[in-house]
Amino acid sequence: MSALAALYWRDLRLAVRAGGGAAIAALFFLIVVALVPFAVGPDLALLSRIGPAILWLGALLASLLTLDRLIAVDAEDGSLDLLMMTPMPLEAALAAKALAHWTSTCLPLVILSPVLALLLNVEFSAMPAIALTLAAGTPALTFIGLIGAALSVALRRGGVLLAVLVLPFTIPVLIFGVAAANAVIVGPAPFGPPFTILCALSLASAVIAPVAAAAAIRHGLE
Amino acid sequence: MPISDFANPSKFLTLVSRVLPWLAVAAVIAFAIGLTQAMQAPDDYQQGATVKIMYLHVPSAWLSMGIWAVMSIAALGTLVWRHPLADVAGKAAAPIGAAFTLICLITGSLWGRPMWGTYWVWDARLTSVFVLFLMYLGVIALYWTAEEPSRAARLAAILTLVGAINLPVVKFSVDWWNTLHQPASVIRMGAPTIDPSLLKPLLMMAVAYFLLFAALHLAAMRNEILRRRVRTLRLMQANEAAS
Repeated sequence: MSALAALYWRDLRLAVRAGGGAAIAALFFLIVVALVPFAVGPDLALLSRIGPAILWLGALLASLLTLDRLIAVDAEDGSLDLLMMTPMPLEAALAAKALAHWTSTCLPLVILSPVLALLLNVEFSAMPAIALTLAAGTPALTFIGLIGAALSVALRRGGVLLAVLVLPFTIPVLIFGVAAANAVIVGPAPFGPPFTILCALSLASAVIAPVAAAAAIRHGLE
Repeated sequence: MPISDFANPSKFLTLVSRVLPWLAVAAVIAFAIGLTQAMQAPDDYQQGATVKIMYLHVPSAWLSMGIWAVMSIAALGTLVWRHPLADVAGKAAAPIGAAFTLICLITGSLWGRPMWGTYWVWDARLTSVFVLFLMYLGVIALYWTAEEPSRAARLAAILTLVGAINLPVVKFSVDWWNTLHQPASVIRMGAPTIDPSLLKPLLMMAVAYFLLFAALHLAAMRNEILRRRVRTLRLMQANEAAS
């Protein structure tokens, strides 16, 4: 357990201190959300209606942006080989890495989202709900991304492939995330069912993704 | 001869050369019967002659899902038994599956134009078939990217299995998201709601499509085995030239 915790803190420190992957994702999120009013016009009524969708799309793209660093950096400098040789299971190590990636990349997005919701004229009362849906749903994005990251590392030159592989799998997360956020703003559909399904998607992907990613890396590097 | 003997690629090739002509002829005959029956089938009282698009559309929709199932079984063969023939089966099935999914999407949108007044609506079933098409393209792209066939097969097998888990979730979530399409009318609990005069040609067409897939799949598997042999021979030649 302490080895996993050490791995978690190592990845977190690396993301925050070296290379600034965490800050870049948050900045990207900011820019994507700022671009939307230029594309659809400054109509505040329209923006408040599509606000949750924009925030969710922005979070989806921002979490995708830094995925190629999740395993590829370790594969380049050889620490992935060391990780595979340690007695701890590769699945657990990858899960710890994904959690660290979530903390460094997605948690800032969750914290930023109320501020950006303000820019999009979303009601005050809905902001905590949007942040809550992002907090519940982004782990699923990270874990699904973990599979894509592992496949692209195993392919050795799959960097550009990553987005193509990962995005179709994130559709259910996007659907239920936006549905839960919209339920608070527009009603009358209840918030509970889509939100609990969103949590279920996160939990299920947290179980399946490390196994699939570890299998991909083992098959790729042998 | 036990069935496991066909696991040997050379034996498999002789089997293919024996079976493939018969399969191709059977597919042609089934198409001839099915298309004739479809032409003779009565028009729908509401949809008129456009209902005939169904005979091309529905079997391709069934195959688009069925081929992913075939790929998943092949993926198990690749990951569990490390079987080279399973690698070949999975790789050969992906482009065929993508093609049938595309046929399903195109015929569906041609049918949608006179019926719904638009080529495309973001309705639950259309959307999930569209996502299935994207996932086929993802698997094909993965095969393109990898240089070594056996590694590509194992990685694609993992992606295929994750996709097989994900597809019902996508289907469920898209249904939840929006539903405008008519509910399932052939494969459902109880008797089919479709009239027997329309159902019979449809089933004949389904048989024809299945035979077509079987023939195309076997031919594609044969081509892939030969392609790998060519690749190996070239590598050996290059090795000899180098040493």
